[in-house]
Amino acid sequence: MTLDFAPVWGGLPELLKGTVVTIEVTAAAFLLSAVLGLLVGIIRLNPARRVLYGIASAYVAFIRGTPLLVQLFLLFFGLPQFGILLPAWLCGVIGLGIYSGSYVSEVVRGAIQSIDRGQMEAARSLGMSYREAMWEVVLPQAFRRMLPPLGNETIALIKNSALVSLLTIDDVMREGQRIISTSFRALEVYIAVALIYFILTNAATWILRQLEKRMTVERG
Amino acid sequence: MIEIRNVYKSFGSTEVLKDVSLTVPPSRTTVVIGPSGSGKSTLLRCCNCLEIADRGEIRINHRTIIADGKPLPDKELNALRAETGMVFQSFNLFPHMTTVENVMRAPVVVRRMAKAEARELAMELLRKVGLGDKADVYPSTLSGGQKQRAAIARALAMKPKVMLFDEPTSALDPELVGEVLQVMKTLAEEGMTMMVVTHEMGFAREVADTVVVMADGRIVESGPPEQIFTNPTQERTRGFLRALVDGHLAGARPQPPADDPLEALPGNH
Ligand SMILES: Nc1ncnc2c1ncn2[C@@H]1O[C@H](COP(=O)(O)OP(=O)(O)O)[C@@H](O)[C@H]1O
Ligand SMILES: [Mg+2]
Repeated sequence: MTLDFAPVWGGLPELLKGTVVTIEVTAAAFLLSAVLGLLVGIIRLNPARRVLYGIASAYVAFIRGTPLLVQLFLLFFGLPQFGILLPAWLCGVIGLGIYSGSYVSEVVRGAIQSIDRGQMEAARSLGMSYREAMWEVVLPQAFRRMLPPLGNETIALIKNSALVSLLTIDDVMREGQRIISTSFRALEVYIAVALIYFILTNAATWILRQLEKRMTVERG
Repeated sequence: MIEIRNVYKSFGSTEVLKDVSLTVPPSRTTVVIGPSGSGKSTLLRCCNCLEIADRGEIRINHRTIIADGKPLPDKELNALRAETGMVFQSFNLFPHMTTVENVMRAPVVVRRMAKAEARELAMELLRKVGLGDKADVYPSTLSGGQKQRAAIARALAMKPKVMLFDEPTSALDPELVGEVLQVMKTLAEEGMTMMVVTHEMGFAREVADTVVVMADGRIVESGPPEQIFTNPTQERTRGFLRALVDGHLAGARPQPPADDPLEALPGNH
């Protein structure tokens, strides 16, 4: 058996276009998951706020307990039954963001809970409100501890984004499949696609590690 | 001025404070002593609502901060807390800020003070506690005594009218205790109203107007330091002081036990 990478080279412009789409979808989903994860993570710190806590917990339980693919299909094929017809890319971003956000929320909650209680107490005793104390004192310290697990979540997010190809989004996965459907060189094309994902996940890890390093230096 | 009236506090089914009443008049210093677990920290923490007293009333400078389990609404509570400085056994400095940022942050955030002005205020306070040269280092590089002095400066930056100290020197190496007590003594002399949980008897003797002895969630005895230390009326006070002196002697400098343990109480610092 010989490998023939000619279809990969020939399809390179499409693969790169798909890569850009993958990056865009992932980046948008990352932002959504960060905002969602922060909110839900903070809400889930305090069971006393019953309603909010209940909603946030149900969200985390449901999202973590069901397949991402089903969630994406619910958005893409399910919502139109209610007359809600979102464009495919938006379904992809929302689906991935909501999914990843549930994991990020646990990262956020864990990191905040790992900060000594005395930090919040000291901030409150100086007259800061809960929000100010959280923002000024607890979150900056928690953020540093979030970075390593957040790196894992980002890797998962990039890899999971391959599923949005099933929502007709022209990401790198779908562009690859398109090349295969005309060239029938599945092995070579999937190797190329895998390599692209590998580069993306490692680039993301590298960026987060630089951030982590910089924050360590800053603390002196 | 701190007025604590018939305060009760339970954690679950454990009653930690049982009908505690005590007043710290303006510009006076009250030292609270008592065995571990007697409720000293809880009492102090109730005074700025870090713990919520179940019953009774606490007033800070004639303002009710909590009555019958209902604390002030958040906004007013924050304002009152800003005027009630608290110093913790474990310092609780903010590790992600330099020393001067630790001190200036709350004035900027809570009082909306301009940064330059806040920095000036912070520098002034740091010099006051002898840390003028440590402004731009991170707390992790400070010694325990320096950390606690920085924490005191941080509390002072809010211009508090009342200061609460919870065993401020208990986490310190013995040779660093004096520098922190000196700062506190200066504060007392300047007329700060202070409630101090400490087992530094020398400090209590020298600085306290009143010593309050707690055991088992109650105040068993209170009075001027001379009376409490030389002529305690309650057996529990005596037992506690004896245990304290034995501990001191065992820990600090080995020497044969004195005939009268109370004689051997450490003097000045
Ligand atoms: N957050 C809490 N939850 C449950 N029990 C507590 C809590 N804080 C203190 N206690 C209990 O209350 C009692 C008094 O504690 P504390 O006020 O810290 O005493 P002290 O400062 O005199 O050593 C102790 O038995 C302690 O275990
Ligand atoms: Mg205590």
